[in-house]
Amino acid sequence: MKNTKSIAIGAVMLCGLFSVSAASAATTLESVKENGHLQCGVTSGLPGFSQPDDKGNWTGIDVDTCRAVAAAIFGDAQAVEFTPLTAKERLTALQSGEIDMLSRNTTWTLTRDASLGLNFTGTNYYDGQGFLINKDIGVDDATQLNGATICIQAGTTTELNLSDYFRSKGMEYQPIVFDTSEQTVQGFAAGRCDVLTSDRSQLAALRSKLSDPSSAKILPNTISKEPLGPVVRQGDDQWFNIVKWVLFAQINAEELGITSDNVEDMLKSDNPNVQRLLGTDGDMGAKLGLRDDFGHQIVKLVGNYGEMYDRNVGPDTPLGLDRGLNALWTEGGILYAPPLR
Amino acid sequence: MAEPMLKPPKSAISPITWVRQNLFSGWYNTLLTLVVGYLLVIGVGPVFSWLFFDATFLGSGPSDCTGTGACWLFISERLNFFIYGFYPDDLQWRVDVMFGLLALSFVPQFIERFPGRKWFGLFGLTGLPVVGYFLVPGGNFGLEVVESSKWGGLMLTLILAYIGILASLPIGIVLALGRRSEMPIIRGICVVFIEVWRAVPLITVLFMASVMLPLFLPDGMNFEKLMRALIGITLWQSAYMAEVIRGGLQAIPRGQYEAADALGLGYWKKTGLIILPQALKMVIPGIVNTFISLFKDTTLVLIIGLFDILGTVQSTITDPAWQNVAIEGYVFVAFCFWVFCFGISRYSQNLERKLDTGHRT
Amino acid sequence: MKKQTVDSRPAGPKPWYDPRIRSIFFQFIAIALVFWGGWTLVDNTLSNMESRGISTGFGFLDETAGFGIIMSLVPYDATMTYGRTFLVGLMNTLLVSAMGIVAATILGFIIGVARLSSNWLVAKLALVYIEVIRNIPLLLQIFFWYFAVLGSLPSPRQSVEVADSFFLNNRGLYLPEPMPQEGFGLVWGAVIAAIVVVIGLRAWAKKRQLATGQIFPTFKVGVAILVILPTVGYLAAGAPLEWEFPALKGFNFGGGITIIPELAALWIALSLYTASFIAEIVRSGILSVSKGQTEAAKALGIPNSLTLRLVVIPQAMRVIIPPLTSQYLNLTKNSSLATAIGYPDLVAVFMGTTLNQTGQAVEVVAITMAVYLTISLAISLFMNIYNRAAAIKER
Repeated sequence: MKNTKSIAIGAVMLCGLFSVSAASAATTLESVKENGHLQCGVTSGLPGFSQPDDKGNWTGIDVDTCRAVAAAIFGDAQAVEFTPLTAKERLTALQSGEIDMLSRNTTWTLTRDASLGLNFTGTNYYDGQGFLINKDIGVDDATQLNGATICIQAGTTTELNLSDYFRSKGMEYQPIVFDTSEQTVQGFAAGRCDVLTSDRSQLAALRSKLSDPSSAKILPNTISKEPLGPVVRQGDDQWFNIVKWVLFAQINAEELGITSDNVEDMLKSDNPNVQRLLGTDGDMGAKLGLRDDFGHQIVKLVGNYGEMYDRNVGPDTPLGLDRGLNALWTEGGILYAPPLR
Repeated sequence: MAEPMLKPPKSAISPITWVRQNLFSGWYNTLLTLVVGYLLVIGVGPVFSWLFFDATFLGSGPSDCTGTGACWLFISERLNFFIYGFYPDDLQWRVDVMFGLLALSFVPQFIERFPGRKWFGLFGLTGLPVVGYFLVPGGNFGLEVVESSKWGGLMLTLILAYIGILASLPIGIVLALGRRSEMPIIRGICVVFIEVWRAVPLITVLFMASVMLPLFLPDGMNFEKLMRALIGITLWQSAYMAEVIRGGLQAIPRGQYEAADALGLGYWKKTGLIILPQALKMVIPGIVNTFISLFKDTTLVLIIGLFDILGTVQSTITDPAWQNVAIEGYVFVAFCFWVFCFGISRYSQNLERKLDTGHRT
Repeated sequence: MKKQTVDSRPAGPKPWYDPRIRSIFFQFIAIALVFWGGWTLVDNTLSNMESRGISTGFGFLDETAGFGIIMSLVPYDATMTYGRTFLVGLMNTLLVSAMGIVAATILGFIIGVARLSSNWLVAKLALVYIEVIRNIPLLLQIFFWYFAVLGSLPSPRQSVEVADSFFLNNRGLYLPEPMPQEGFGLVWGAVIAAIVVVIGLRAWAKKRQLATGQIFPTFKVGVAILVILPTVGYLAAGAPLEWEFPALKGFNFGGGITIIPELAALWIALSLYTASFIAEIVRSGILSVSKGQTEAAKALGIPNSLTLRLVVIPQAMRVIIPPLTSQYLNLTKNSSLATAIGYPDLVAVFMGTTLNQTGQAVEVVAITMAVYLTISLAISLFMNIYNRAAAIKER
């Protein structure tokens, strides 16, 4: 009977956790500007895509995609905070609003677009699923993998593709499902599985993490389409457009030959396309809710798509990936951005 | 106890008698000793030579680890990362200050005659978190800001465990009092809260806190990832804390309650001045034990992508530059945890023996 | 106001000082707060989910899962539903928990008794074991058993083999699998009959002992019946049992029973870790039995081994059971660490892959938590019943 006050206070404390009155709904752009930085979801460590060094500086093509968005909003490519996410957590983290955008080699699928409340803004890397095998098992083709033990990362489309592929070929397999790509490599290196499956670009990255990369090889088969791209929540079209057009701006910049080196000279260009992209003519930025020179900032601070590619995953990096599908449409690839006008 | 007591007579057992009594009494014991002793000798030998005799301690890089033993060089090379995570090098003095203050607050607790050790302990429980709040993240007094995403390693482990236990203490007290309340509804609410939190694994709590919490909160309200993990840990831990404290409340003899009532004390005075001080004193060992288990459980945050000490080690042992250093890494972390936990549990056992004075019928 | 204070009769307490009224008032407030808090929470969640276009409901449980799971106690393949993946995960959680509880209990009792052994070496070894194991985080121990031990096992082609039927390699432990043929039902019948006979025998022996004081060797006779009856049944049915031996096919072994390394690592780590706590519980339980009991048993001429089994342990059990229950609960909850090494338990399969493929976090997490709550209540209930049976019967 006398416990009353303490209990009442206790109850208030418990409820206090939930009792914050609803703040007025702000657009993503407003809340990003208010926070002073972009909150971006990336992998917890995948060379070439997003990887922290031992001082916590992130590098990679997915990281640069985030930086480009930050450059467009703030004119500062460093105004990003990265949230490392496992494949399992990533979509929930975006849905729940923990991050403003997800740039974590995520495959664009119908289900993710339609029923998870997410929007893919484009493709920053065209990929396909492949197999990394231990050379010792003496296999040259994926059709010989009947009965193999396969390491996969949990919560990825590869988990589903793998099942489809083996079922359609009438083969059996044993899946070992790990939380992070690091653990899949660890399991593969420890001999837990014969095969490691993932997107081909990742396989190159993961192979480079082995203590003896030459002991493993990537099979020639590609069993799926994996368009990887940045993702945002549904319901905020302005934000959707911003993230979409930042990538398009980078691709257009490469097409127009604007690089981070020559961008200042290009400001004087007579080409109306270049002028629109760099904001010297027109108000393209304002239409998106950004500064007009957003294209200039992106190219100056992060570079065009080609620079971003070469710096992180291109032939001169440890990953050594050729442009392939990711070349411009004018150069035999399928990168094709709508005109910026 | 004024007059000196006679000391007990010196033990008359010679080493040989001791050995015979404790190791070789009867054929059964003799056999047991021999078998166990043999297993011990063949088991411990290789472990020791791997740990010490064949191990590499000094060198400049991975190539120096050529011996058949452990490669401790790996640990010493990456030690900075294991302790501070991504915390910038030139700002690490701030963390060092915190480590120093932590040691200053709690090492005296192990020394019986240290003058004023109570005050050091009190500082550890009140002043230390305040200092830490300003010093570690920075942002005030001209200190450079270090985002919580850069915290890691041993430092993060200690922060999680320390704040988790401090914050769960008051909630635990309230819940425990509520569970002993005479009002059925209040009691019911507390029982449900405690039992639900105790039934679910910490992993699910952390997962919920790390990715789903924003879904439950009003639009625009959000916390950092570390903060969310702390909220999850605190709520989860407070349920355990409540049960420990309830044990203390139950152990207070009924007479104490009645005496307080007879003196005409109200609920607050009775609880605050009579019951809680006695109950809390009694459950200090229990709280310390809870701390130990929370300390070990903080390793689970690596599953939600925070780099605690195990997380930093787990992420470095896949570094291709170093080969086969997994066992060294795990042994190092195990040793760190063991030193902390064993030390603290010894302290709690001592305390238990000392506090074990009254309240026994 | 002033008038009341000079009133000669002592006034009853003012309504707001009346404990009963206050009690009702505060409880009302508490309920209101809880409902309001709960409602805010649900409302926030629903409006957030709606504004973000996340689909809700449990319809996803009937959709096709489309992913493989390495280990399943119930028939499963990728064409089955998400609901089925829930069942697979749940069964795997229950399996590793049950295995862990059995192993940890046995090991814990052995070590707890060893800790009190009169043999100095054994007692100290038990002490070292307890102090080392329980002060190291479980997750670390799981990683150790998985990655460190797995790495030192041979590949399938260099398996450690025993008698061409048991194989150990880095893909797991392979055992021959018994394949009951037609007519094996007779053996099962014989097993059931033997159990019934033994129970009857025990009741009869106890009755006779109470009446005449004669001790019947129930244990030895019981074991003999349990062995002989099924053997007779087995032979009578014409030995209807074949063994399927594991054999190397392609990259891996096929056939037989496989214990995958994930299960083994999790099981070993859970058992060793929990056993160190159980050992301490057993030790303090045994110490709680007063020395007089042991001495009385000695005075009655009961041999040492029987004293422990018939006098000390039954009394110690009363002290042991409550903390033992919470250790069992801890073990079950800790089995969720499976997700760190890829053992397909409930958290890894359902709260992992299924959640990710469907994106319905709220529903999936709610189901998962409800399962753990149920398991926890069930274990508590079971142990409470046992505890009541074991409690002192005061007359």
